[in-house]
Amino acid sequence: MSDRIFKKLHILADAAKYDVSCSSSGSNRANKNKGIGNANQSGICHSYTEDGRCVSLLKILLTNHCIYDCAYCVSRKSNDIERAAFTVQEVVDLTINFYRRNYIEGLFLSSGIFKNADYTMERLVSIAKKLRLEHKFNGYIHLKTIPGSSDELVHEAGLYADRLSINLEIPTKEGLKLLAPDKSREEMILPMRYLKNEIIRTNEERKVIKSTPTFAPAGQSTQMIIGASGESDKHIILTAQHFYKKYHLKRVYYSGYVPISYDKRLPEIGTAVPMVRENRLYQSDWLMRFYGFKAEEIVNDTHPLLDLDIDPKLSWALRNQHAFPVDINKANYHTILRVPGIGVQSAKKIIMARRFGPLRIEHLQKLGVATNRAKYFITCLGFQQIYADKSGTNIKQYILAQSTSKYTKNNSQQLTLF
Amino acid sequence: MLKTLLYDGSWTGLMTIVFCSYEYKWQIATIQHNAQYIQSGLFVTTENIISDDDKAKRVLLGLEKKIGIQGIKELYYVFLSEIKHRELLILRSISYYFNSENKPNLNYANDDILQIKKIVRSVSREKHRLKAFVRFQKMKDGLYFANLEPDFNVLPLMVNFFKERFADQKWLIYDLKRHFGIYYDLDQVVEVQFSNTFNSDYIAFHLDDEELRYSYLWKHYFDSVNIKERKNTKLHVQSLPKRYWKYLNEKNLL
Ligand code: SF4
Repeated sequence: MSDRIFKKLHILADAAKYDVSCSSSGSNRANKNKGIGNANQSGICHSYTEDGRCVSLLKILLTNHCIYDCAYCVSRKSNDIERAAFTVQEVVDLTINFYRRNYIEGLFLSSGIFKNADYTMERLVSIAKKLRLEHKFNGYIHLKTIPGSSDELVHEAGLYADRLSINLEIPTKEGLKLLAPDKSREEMILPMRYLKNEIIRTNEERKVIKSTPTFAPAGQSTQMIIGASGESDKHIILTAQHFYKKYHLKRVYYSGYVPISYDKRLPEIGTAVPMVRENRLYQSDWLMRFYGFKAEEIVNDTHPLLDLDIDPKLSWALRNQHAFPVDINKANYHTILRVPGIGVQSAKKIIMARRFGPLRIEHLQKLGVATNRAKYFITCLGFQQIYADKSGTNIKQYILAQSTSKYTKNNSQQLTLF
Repeated sequence: MLKTLLYDGSWTGLMTIVFCSYEYKWQIATIQHNAQYIQSGLFVTTENIISDDDKAKRVLLGLEKKIGIQGIKELYYVFLSEIKHRELLILRSISYYFNSENKPNLNYANDDILQIKKIVRSVSREKHRLKAFVRFQKMKDGLYFANLEPDFNVLPLMVNFFKERFADQKWLIYDLKRHFGIYYDLDQVVEVQFSNTFNSDYIAFHLDDEELRYSYLWKHYFDSVNIKERKNTKLHVQSLPKRYWKYLNEKNLL
């Protein structure tokens, strides 16, 4: 092992760090015939960076050489930085040795585009193939699909990887044209469509023929950069919903733009990373994936921007007071889920516990309900809604005044989900 | 008359106690590990309980009908928590379970059950964290070795996870606080105990030649992926509590 590898790891991990889609969940890969590793359905974070993000996978670029010049990207052709490239074997060795020491759940491999799309994609695929076939590696592998690579290579990638992704990066077509003139939205979407169809086809086939090989069992995901091209929250959330529906994406990630260049088209260096906004977008994403909300309920023409001072569920509730109060002892699960201050876990517990007798507000507190918020929206045994006649603005004032720690500005870098 | 029960500190022993307390309708004041027993009050009699597999099994079978495997698992987690008076909490809950219908362990409004759920959550959290935070070091003879000092006795809960994951390498995870480890020899996992006190010099001396390089590479990687514009120490420490740092090479190597 040469010292050169330290240098490469430094350059190519540094360049990959802005990609947030790094979870290791969604795959159940068993360790067959005494190979190494398996994949855990819920994923495991092995460490946390000083910015508080989960370190689960060895996330690196194969190379930061790139023939393209996307303005928002550190690897862009016109950027004057040190370039490096791993060999196939180096990536394989790092992955296996990190994995055996229980540092990581697997590999997240992305790359700048060198020569052309297929040339790059071929190398990414050969790393995954080597890990799976030569090392009997069953840990998690996430490959970035290079836009413009051929269907055959994308297909092969799907055979060895758990997840594939193509980053949309810029949520609007116009924004993409402006900031990444070499890329076309169509070119990015084509492989997404191909992957969606392949995933459906192989799943159908597996139902009939057990031996059909798995194909990207953890599905595909994408990432959008937030705050680089002036898009609205409405645009982002509707785009996310569109991709969840049309392309069956498993996850859409939102990445607050970290200014990295003096390009006039982009926010200046030193502009704050829009972390609260990013967090609100994740909360909206949860509302769509786990709470049964439609994008249009969260943002629409009269409400195109997410509130930064309160979470999107509370915001929805205040705009829809006719839906409340909800009777905790009678309402169904989905209705209870929509009450601010009640999460998935506490909603489930409520449904279980009320079979033993009606619940009072003290019970709710014990079950983990944030009653300081929920009390404006519920009735239960011995508790009448005393604020029913108050306006949404009033209730918001009460809540903000009472829950100082959760909503204060200087503390709002990373908020919890509901 | 109130009784103090002494047992060997094992799960089977505790289940035997449950059986006997039903059989003889005992009123129990305290339950203690016989190695830690200190003479107690005047008006209590002590009883030494011998662990009995059959009796324990009968209790567990009965419990399974009432609260399912999942419910038993919760009680076992409480047992491993080593929290004071856990035995009485378990005993009390079991008697509540036996006297009720309808999956009584889901009655979240009951105080004992709430307490159980809370303990289970803490133990599960630590179990989950340690799956992530175990850092193996490769030894010259090919063994992957890790040590730790968990707050709760979670090692028994981690056997299957590591056995399934690292099926093709020998490994040993040692609990320095409770002085035992689990060792996988490529075939099965057994409990082991070092005969001498733990010796970190010995470990350092017998490390594989490449071990330090990989350790540094990992540390290097960890530092490279940080985005300084997003620094958030509070969240960092919350996710990666300081008490675990001494086992994490990424937080330790200079
Ligand atoms: S193609 Fe990818 S790596 Fe190349 S400049 Fe654009 S975003 Fe960066």
